Amino acid sequence: MRYIPNSAEERAKMLAEMGVQSIEDFFTSIPAHLRLDKPLNLPPAYAESELIKFFKNLAARNIDPNSSTSFLGAGVYNHFRPVIIDTLISRSEFYTTYTPYQPEIAQGTLQAIFEFQSMICFLTGMEVANASMYDGSTALAEAVLMANRINRRKKVAISQALHPEYRQVLETYLKSTGMTLETIAFGTSGQTALDSLDINDQTTAVIIQSPNFFGSIEDLELAAEKAHKAGALLISVTTEPISWGLLRSPGDCGADIVVAEGQAFGIAPSYGGPYLGIFASRAQYQRQMPGRLIGQAQDTYGNRGFVITLATREQHIRREKASSNICTNQGLFMLMATVYLSTMGRRGLQEVALQNLQKAAYAAQAISSLEGYSLLFSAPRFNEFVVKTPRPAAEIVKSLTSHNIVAGLPLSNYYPDMTNALLVCVTEQNTRAEIDALVALLQ
Amino acid sequence: MADYPDNLLYTKDHEWVRVDGTSATVGITHFAQAELGDIVYVELPKVGEKLAQNDSFGSVESVKAVSEIFMPISGAIEKVNEALNDSPEHVNNDPYGEGWMITLKIENPSEIDALMSAAEYEDFLSENRN
Amino acid sequence: MSNDNSRIKKVRTHISQNESLIFERSRSGAVGYKLPKIDVPTTEVNELVNSKYLRTDDLANMPELAEPDVVRHFTRLSTWNYGTDTGMFPLGSCTMKYNPKINELVARLEGFATAHPLLPEESAQGCLEVIYLAEQLLAEITGMAAVTLQPAAGAHGEMTGIMMIRALLACRGDARKKVLIPDSAHGTNPATAAICGYTVEGIRSNERGLTDLAELEKRMDDSVAALMLTNPNTVGLFEENIEKICKLMHERGGLVYMDGANMNALCAVARPGDMGVDVMHMNLHKTMSTPHGGGGPGAGPVAVTKELAPYLPSPMVIKQDGKFVLDYNRPQSIGRIRAFYGNFGVVLRAVCYMLTLGSEGLRENTETAVLNANYIAHHLRDIYEIPYEGKIMHEVIFSDKRQKKYGITNGDIAKRLIDYGFHPPTMSFPLIVPGSLMVEPTESEGREEMDLFIDAMKSIDKEAQENPEMLKHAPHTTRVGRFDEVAAARNPVLRWQATKSEEK
Repeated sequence: MRYIPNSAEERAKMLAEMGVQSIEDFFTSIPAHLRLDKPLNLPPAYAESELIKFFKNLAARNIDPNSSTSFLGAGVYNHFRPVIIDTLISRSEFYTTYTPYQPEIAQGTLQAIFEFQSMICFLTGMEVANASMYDGSTALAEAVLMANRINRRKKVAISQALHPEYRQVLETYLKSTGMTLETIAFGTSGQTALDSLDINDQTTAVIIQSPNFFGSIEDLELAAEKAHKAGALLISVTTEPISWGLLRSPGDCGADIVVAEGQAFGIAPSYGGPYLGIFASRAQYQRQMPGRLIGQAQDTYGNRGFVITLATREQHIRREKASSNICTNQGLFMLMATVYLSTMGRRGLQEVALQNLQKAAYAAQAISSLEGYSLLFSAPRFNEFVVKTPRPAAEIVKSLTSHNIVAGLPLSNYYPDMTNALLVCVTEQNTRAEIDALVALLQ
Repeated sequence: MADYPDNLLYTKDHEWVRVDGTSATVGITHFAQAELGDIVYVELPKVGEKLAQNDSFGSVESVKAVSEIFMPISGAIEKVNEALNDSPEHVNNDPYGEGWMITLKIENPSEIDALMSAAEYEDFLSENRN
Repeated sequence: MSNDNSRIKKVRTHISQNESLIFERSRSGAVGYKLPKIDVPTTEVNELVNSKYLRTDDLANMPELAEPDVVRHFTRLSTWNYGTDTGMFPLGSCTMKYNPKINELVARLEGFATAHPLLPEESAQGCLEVIYLAEQLLAEITGMAAVTLQPAAGAHGEMTGIMMIRALLACRGDARKKVLIPDSAHGTNPATAAICGYTVEGIRSNERGLTDLAELEKRMDDSVAALMLTNPNTVGLFEENIEKICKLMHERGGLVYMDGANMNALCAVARPGDMGVDVMHMNLHKTMSTPHGGGGPGAGPVAVTKELAPYLPSPMVIKQDGKFVLDYNRPQSIGRIRAFYGNFGVVLRAVCYMLTLGSEGLRENTETAVLNANYIAHHLRDIYEIPYEGKIMHEVIFSDKRQKKYGITNGDIAKRLIDYGFHPPTMSFPLIVPGSLMVEPTESEGREEMDLFIDAMKSIDKEAQENPEMLKHAPHTTRVGRFDEVAAARNPVLRWQATKSEEK
């Protein structure tokens, strides 16, 4: 086997020197009848050349990315990934290392996390960000558990315009906690109807996504004001953080916990993961936060460096009383985001956000001027919008797929009543020619 | 000395108690702070909270360990030592002075009788060391 | 420095570059990107978005650098790290094996990497087939009936598994309150049970380091939902009574959750499904060679018996008329535990690995991993205490008991190993071994590297006797020394902030 340095010959020699008859002797603590006496029923071992062929064949059964165009968003976004991201994260000192428990030989990882935490604080307008969670949806679930640790309340007010899969994940996490969800409907603008918000001293948190699942920008400031009046926390959710290049930060609007999906920061869609859960909060709540935190420290010679800190919140020390059972952060994907944010930098983030805004506005205008089409919602948007379609959106998507255009997401997938509604996303990656082709086919 | 001052009472969970009329002051013992090592954070209850004997009223954290602290006797919290928020090292440097944690209003004076004297506590420590 | 490094054979020090924080390197006006010119007519931003929603801080504090500076920055940081491609990484229970490069290539194939998770199913047949295939391979390896790939990590898998147990018991009308967990368990086990709403009760290990059957017999009653067991357990021993344990649990209405963190000792040799386990997770980033990435991402697929299969998270991939489709019609499912379908990119790497090895390769791996651990135990057992003697499997657990008499702890030994060119072993658990040093060489280490490790451990023991003070300040050859973690925790600095002169 090409991954085993000790040859069969060498292994036999080692056994002999140790005075062990056969390798089987090491396994005698497993009762004999439980030991397999025949090979597993697995495909025979492939050679490297066969593996490449096999997986290329499989990949070709997906839609061809080079001859197709996509207007899918809904939580996962098609942004350009600068080439140096993969160059740098492929440094094996980064990707073949472990959690930085030994700071003397892990300063690379530790400093990168510290830089990530700092950038997330700037972008979100918050004071503390952790080293990342699994993804946006699980980060939200952890945020709700954290809100409950802070104020011990049991009701969660949740916007109907939150990504439906995030809501489903939250429902699963809350099943054994006795906490309940109360839905805040969305209005004709596509924004959450905050005037109908009915919360009280039982409400632990209000959850608002902005831009929300329909692409509408929410009034987070108003949401914060209403939540705080009832003594509840505002948890803001963002699935498209490129919008932060342009939009006011959730922290500036008064959010208490900010969670986001960081996939848009240079991470490939990769059929749903791995992604990057962003999690930030206020300094006063830092000891209630889940996940890993990296802090600045001095070594014995007075050098600046970084260490895992406030670890007593975590499972390996507090066990059943830990703030979360989470053990990982998304180390390498956090690094991808840090490289992305460094490469795009201050001006690149502004420019890419602006391009998304303008291209989506152009597409929205062009589609809504078609006969039978209109925009379903009136609120301002970033790079996504909902089109009211003259026939079921699912049919449209199906017929355009045969032209190698994925027109968007039929909302009926998640909101069964909304059959004639198509969620369209336009990023800097969609050219005017692609948008025009979509418009022409919709006609 | 006075690792274990005679004027204090002690628990098996390594808290000390100073009774002062209807109130009592509570902290952790020299032994407890030494076992934990450098203390980096002390979590304390809210003033006014009513807790029963043996309820946890907070926790002390070192870099790699956390330990709960328990009510030696029942009562309502009267004061907490806010200075520990900024200077948790008081618990290490002066466990019976600046390192005090809470004062409480004694609810049931008979619970005091069950606490150990300094001599009893030292015996308890040496028994458990062996 | 009074330390003598002449015994160190594996490494020499070399120059390592200093590097500031990225913010300190930022230069106003520098750019590292170029976007295509905008090709659509534009509108005033204020006309599209009300100014009250717009940012006013001009993203001050976000860095501005040219591409070469970004590359140099992260390259320099990388040189401060130690990875499995650098050398032996004997971190017990973490299975730091070789991360094959073909896996990385496969995960980056364009057709997979660019696939959007909400593509119409007919446009994502390749991805769906990978998921379907991965589930089949893992079901065969574990001997279980069905598998979900949704959990993003081991702890996430544990949570999924315990939630399923909860759902099954609720369905039986027999909701229970407690989960039993051996005192040797990894910290995620009790944290998971607590998050799922269970009270945690510890089970003492017996003097051999195994689950005490008599104790279990006493503690297992109709309030106990499940036992969470790691097998081989965290002292590196196979739970010989696993069948009796499962039988006892089942007879009294409970279930057995197996933490599959240590599957590298069992693959293709024995299967948890044959032992009576009800539900288990596997860490693809351990046993199936996907990279640890400095803390993640991993993947924690969960495998279950037929009885538990209806409770698996939704959706599942099924085959219908020769096509792969997502099945959402799962009324008994615990629901969704992550958006989309899990860490697909990690699963892809694991499938590539399983196909590279086949059954024989997996068995050869397991046997070599166990041989290597025994080889290290054989050469170090006279010098370092092995607190629980037994049939050592894929890892050996030493303690610092003999070195303690010189005032030396496992932490000092670990730090000194760094000077010798090794990543230290695991020390944070099992809690039943004070001063533990968990050594897991994996099959990826050759004899030469292991011999250097053995020499280093022997040499450190000598140093403990001759020059304990020197050990207490190790490491001596790294670019930074030991950190003041107490000060870092008392006054946490968790982000960079511009000083007045740096403000833009």
